[in-house]
Amino acid sequence: MILHELIGFAELRMIWWGLMGVLLIGFALTDGFDMGVGALLPFVAKNDTERRMVINTVGPVWEGNQVWFILGGGAIFAAWPPLYAVSFSGFYLAMFVVLAALIVRPVAFKYRSKRDDVRWRTTWDWALFAGGFVPALIFGVAVGNVLQGVPFHLTPELLSIYEGGAFGKFFGLLNPFALLTGVVSVAMLVMHGSAWLGLKSEGDIVVRARKYGSIAAIVAGVGYALAGVWLMTGVDGYAFVNEAVKDGPSNPLMSEIAKGGSWITSYADRPWIAIAPIMGFAGVALVLVSIRLKLEVITLLFSKMAILGMVASVGLTMFPFILPSSTDPNSSLTVWDASSSHLTLFIMLFVAAIFMPIILSYTAWVYKVLWGKVTENDINENSHSLY
Amino acid sequence: MELDIVELSRLQFALTAMYHFLFVPLTLGLSIIVAIMETVYVMTNRPIWRQMTKFWGTLFGINFVLGVATGITMEFQFGMNWSYYSHYVGDIFGAPLAIEGMMAFFLEATFVGLFFFGWDKLSKVGHLVTAWLVALGSNFSALWILIANGWMQNPVGAEFNPVTMRMEMTSFKEVLFNEVAQAKFVHTVSAGYVTAAVFVLGVSAWYLLKGRHIELARRSIAVAASFGLASALSVVVLGDESGYSASHTQKMKLASIEAMWETHEAPAPFTLVGIPDQEARETHYAIEIPWVMGLIGTRSLNTEIAGIDQLVETAEQRVRSGILAYDALMDIRADLNNIQPDDQLRFEQHSDDLGFAMLLKRYVDDPRDATEEQIQMAANDTVPTVWPLFWSFRIMVGLGFSFIALMGYFFFMSSFRGMRFPKLALQAAVIMIPAPWIAAEMGWFVSEFGRQPWTVDGVLPTAMSVSALSVGELLFTLAGFIIFYTVLFVVEMGLMIKYIRKGPYMDVDTTDAWMTKHNNRLATTPASELAPAE
Repeated sequence: MILHELIGFAELRMIWWGLMGVLLIGFALTDGFDMGVGALLPFVAKNDTERRMVINTVGPVWEGNQVWFILGGGAIFAAWPPLYAVSFSGFYLAMFVVLAALIVRPVAFKYRSKRDDVRWRTTWDWALFAGGFVPALIFGVAVGNVLQGVPFHLTPELLSIYEGGAFGKFFGLLNPFALLTGVVSVAMLVMHGSAWLGLKSEGDIVVRARKYGSIAAIVAGVGYALAGVWLMTGVDGYAFVNEAVKDGPSNPLMSEIAKGGSWITSYADRPWIAIAPIMGFAGVALVLVSIRLKLEVITLLFSKMAILGMVASVGLTMFPFILPSSTDPNSSLTVWDASSSHLTLFIMLFVAAIFMPIILSYTAWVYKVLWGKVTENDINENSHSLY
Repeated sequence: MELDIVELSRLQFALTAMYHFLFVPLTLGLSIIVAIMETVYVMTNRPIWRQMTKFWGTLFGINFVLGVATGITMEFQFGMNWSYYSHYVGDIFGAPLAIEGMMAFFLEATFVGLFFFGWDKLSKVGHLVTAWLVALGSNFSALWILIANGWMQNPVGAEFNPVTMRMEMTSFKEVLFNEVAQAKFVHTVSAGYVTAAVFVLGVSAWYLLKGRHIELARRSIAVAASFGLASALSVVVLGDESGYSASHTQKMKLASIEAMWETHEAPAPFTLVGIPDQEARETHYAIEIPWVMGLIGTRSLNTEIAGIDQLVETAEQRVRSGILAYDALMDIRADLNNIQPDDQLRFEQHSDDLGFAMLLKRYVDDPRDATEEQIQMAANDTVPTVWPLFWSFRIMVGLGFSFIALMGYFFFMSSFRGMRFPKLALQAAVIMIPAPWIAAEMGWFVSEFGRQPWTVDGVLPTAMSVSALSVGELLFTLAGFIIFYTVLFVVEMGLMIKYIRKGPYMDVDTTDAWMTKHNNRLATTPASELAPAE
């Protein structure tokens, strides 16, 4: 009981907000290229051997990468239960679609190579495409909606009620701003996937990957800029009416929130956060340059930098908000009122401090073991041990 | 059954959880059996053991991926369909799920890729370590899930916070060392080991019946029978441990499984079979074995086990006490910034029973307005439907003992009778393949259906735990899951059967080519010139 008070409640909330960001960025950086590769599959590979080369560049690692996402979900449940409850039930049908894509993806990886039949393999190819493209799009759309605020309110018992009928809720998510962020998300991950293919593949695949990678980088950069302008001019921000109580109980209804103003004021309050969008733009530009120069490792690193900057900019811009409510601003979830208890946050931090370094070291080791290109030769020689 | 959101959410959870658990037990056990086989390979350096590792590893892979994929549904579903539950107990329940991710999922998922792709990239010992890490990861994952589930059965180490309207953790240690969770963990993983052992035994027996892959089949049987016998004994002993802990943590579940309507003077008899009649509150045509229930449930001859009627009376008192807690809670919540000490005190005196007042929400908006009749109805609601529990429990236990017999027999025959198995025994082993799955599903049914009407025993009623969704949304996702999961199941079974038929080679085409060459060689070469097998 005493031990966990070593770290203050407000500090723990800050740390867990940061860790949530780390997990989501970890997911985008690792599983992001798997998804990008999946989305690129029908376009960069023209025959079965090429498709198998493409798939096998991520074959041994996608499973571990996907855990970033699963852990992200688990950590949100553990550290931010109200966020988990409101968002998963509110984005109901969108979540179901993501789920379907994420179920079909592992199965496609594993089962595609188990039969030679052409129709069988083509079906799984499109499943891999959907498994990459659909989640990338929907996560981007979700971010766009979170930035605009989401129509929900909490009852006094803190049951979350999302406004709108079953299908209205779903199509309401697909508004123009959110579709733009969805496009940015897809482009970003396609860029990342093509950078990965450049590093891990060879021959025509790399040539095509460079082409699509350049296009994706341009789309991501331009789309990101447009979204920024839109955010400045057409999207309301949210703010606490009174000074926020940072170590109070996690009851979102106890603070008063005003809608209006602009998110961009965050950059006046905390100028240092501009580093995130700068990294985003610089990353995209440097990806374009390094693709030209055929610097494969460097391309992947810059692609990571671009993603890190873009994803981080969303969280930093909105801080301390994590899920604003557009219809009942007082229900908005913030870092200061939507967390787990002091004790739970401390225990989770303790566990994370032990296991995250272990995870990072063995993941790095596995990537090292698997280092090197997947060549056409490998594919032909190991026609049955590889996917 | 009415199609309201509670029933639809329950149906969806039951379907997706039971579907998920078609794959999990095989993953738990087969990961270990494969690792054992590879250990023998590394120690003896005999290629047959490498081939066995690869063959069972392939089947493991086909199964593993669906376990992983359908597990994602489980993680999403709490938030999607059970958002009030997620809010109400996320402070406790979320932690083991997140720890599972860090401690178990990363381990198994990172190394499973290396297991399949790393044969040529790792040293022998390196690859063996990989196999064990996959097994370890899978089993750790079961540990944390069962700590989470154990807390739903026996919610220790937490208390209700009136300001945040949710349960909050007071002791992680109590959550971790929850006796229900610990017994459940060993019982469940043992059940997984039995499942895999029966699977390996059955498939190998089929090969022996067909006269194929004799070397692989006999060695596999030796591994499966010894591993399976130990696990089958463990699953029954730990099942008994679960029963013992239920006698003081979940009395109603135990009484319902036994269809014990009235408190029997100690030691209570065990009802072997009978026809439970919920309306009349009695069990027709019961065949009873004296003393046994008292011994299982209390491990003594003079401790009473409460019957359903007595437990309903207790529940009624708790509903009344819960109404007092609810009243105090409302007074506290009237002004959260200015909580009166006497309201707080009143609440604390009765807060353990708050969940029982919530049972009234089905009948009345404000539990304080409940009539006598409604209080009685709420108390009666604490009794789950008895007959499905009664029967599924007996099927599970019966199958549990049959696994001991099966494994014991094959262990004896392979250790002391030179592996000469009668045809009938081999056929029985093949027929038994589905049995552990049936037992495992029955086990989950007893555990979860027996907990009704609660999601968290005594704390949160199932009816309150759901999300504010529409029936249309739930029907849509339910239909989606049914279609989607059926297709995946057909595909999975197709691949399993195909790879079992093709037999123990890394791949199908080379196997065929090799078999042709091999048969050709057998037909054209004199026996004296043939090299030993392999």
